[in-house]
Amino acid sequence: MIHLVWAQLFRKKTRTVLTLLSVIIAFLLFGLLQAVQVAFESGADAADARRLLTTARYSIIEPLPMAHARVIERVPGVVGVASADWFGAKYQNESNAFAVFAVDPARYLDMYPEFRVPAAQREAFEATRTGAIAGRRLVERYGWTVGQKLPIASEIHAKTDGSLNWEFDLVGVLDAEDPAVQANTDMVLINVAYFDEARQSGRGKTGWYIVRIADSSQSRAISAEIDRMFANSPDETKTQPEKEFAIGFARQIGDIGALVTRILIAVFFTILLLTGNTMAQAIRERIPELAVLKTVGFSDRVVTLLVLGEALLLLALGAALGMLTAVSVLPALNGKTGGRFPPLFVDAETWLLAALITLALALVVGLPPAIRVGRLRIVDALAGHR
Amino acid sequence: MGPSGSGKTTLLNLIGGLDTPTAGTIAVDGQRIDQLGAGDLARWRAATVGFVFQFYNLLPVLSAQRNVELPLLLTSLSAGERRRRALIALTLVGLADRASHKPKELSGGQEQRVAIARAIVSDPTLLVCDEPTGDLDRATAHEIMLLLQMLNREHGKTIVMVTHDPKAAEYAQRSLHLDKGTLAPAAATA
Repeated sequence: MIHLVWAQLFRKKTRTVLTLLSVIIAFLLFGLLQAVQVAFESGADAADARRLLTTARYSIIEPLPMAHARVIERVPGVVGVASADWFGAKYQNESNAFAVFAVDPARYLDMYPEFRVPAAQREAFEATRTGAIAGRRLVERYGWTVGQKLPIASEIHAKTDGSLNWEFDLVGVLDAEDPAVQANTDMVLINVAYFDEARQSGRGKTGWYIVRIADSSQSRAISAEIDRMFANSPDETKTQPEKEFAIGFARQIGDIGALVTRILIAVFFTILLLTGNTMAQAIRERIPELAVLKTVGFSDRVVTLLVLGEALLLLALGAALGMLTAVSVLPALNGKTGGRFPPLFVDAETWLLAALITLALALVVGLPPAIRVGRLRIVDALAGHR
Repeated sequence: MGPSGSGKTTLLNLIGGLDTPTAGTIAVDGQRIDQLGAGDLARWRAATVGFVFQFYNLLPVLSAQRNVELPLLLTSLSAGERRRRALIALTLVGLADRASHKPKELSGGQEQRVAIARAIVSDPTLLVCDEPTGDLDRATAHEIMLLLQMLNREHGKTIVMVTHDPKAAEYAQRSLHLDKGTLAPAAATA
């Protein structure tokens, strides 16, 4: 039967190949745009439901007192607190080419068990006041090696001598196994003990807190309780689950998800019209041949399934080739960005979505002609051939 | 036989289970096919009837062998067995050497032979032929009629054929004349 469906599909090779090409391009676009969306939402995807983010109530750039940590720790349900401060890095001539956070090494790395740092390097980071660890992709991009000095300027923080040029010792490399988490390792972590002591102003302050809680279902209540602790103080807070924070942060650039969805709806609607027209035309031309199949004993149901199978085969073939093309061009695209963009990849969810779209398109495109052919009266169809 | 519009093809469609009557009954070899549902009728056609049309009605995208195999796709036979039976049928009609040819690569007579091979491949008891020589020249028509005659005499196939052509009718053991809805016996010939 497969041979029959295949032969019928390629009855008019040029038409089928052109339609197939348009399906391939649609799914190539789908694969690439979904990869971009996944990359943008990787922060949210990698978010831990048991992590909360506490920032200043009105703006993330407002610092918070480091003393808040002890208060937050006492909130029932909180099992750990870490802080991070924005350094505002300028490396060589690139402004903010990557993020640099001043953190307490042990507390911060405990907060993110998904990050991988070799034990010896972690120990070195905790023990070295001027120590820094950097994400693997950054290390590869700039050709850094563990043990070297890392000169990074800050656009915000001056040292006590007034200089904006800081120097750290690269003592380790940060990595992650999950590609979605890997996108979040494009950063350098420095030791807050040294940073806070060596900076000219802003001592005793930090940027935000990361709070680990025991029960994710209590995240709302604990967030409210933390914020209540600082209500009506000079340093009021806003606490929210990490995922909400990540989505809000990504949307500062724009709602990539909505943009991608709108583009893809337009693309697939065009494909729907195109393949729908192709299928309708192809079936119309073959009415007498399909009647012959019924004449020799093919039931209405089998003929209906044959026509539906053609639509499915055309779309599945195009979808598979398009998605495979996307998968094969993404490594080259990742190479071109030089690591300045989160890694693009086609995740399992995108493959599943592609399969569902293929199935839905096949049904919408194939069912009307298939049902029509199923209901076809043999004598009427053959009459057109006599 | 009968004039155009007399209902020859309609009668043939009814006998072959391609159409259903608005009134009356149809029994083929004692079986009331007018009482069968669409699915049962399709199964009955597949098992009992082979069809030969004036314009061959082969699928242009398939080779001769694949065309002949079509009725066997509905059976549980393996691909190898289907191929073997299709080749036997093609051998019987003298076209084994054209098995891989597409219909457009065959002459009219050869196309009709492939259609006959397709009609007999599932070994039906009844062959229904609608003007099988209507699109062929005299010599080729003669060859096709000899082939049908051989299938009748040597393989025991019952053949019901409608034709305009008195020459073709001469091969029949029994001829009937249809006019204005009435079947009248005509003189037996062959």
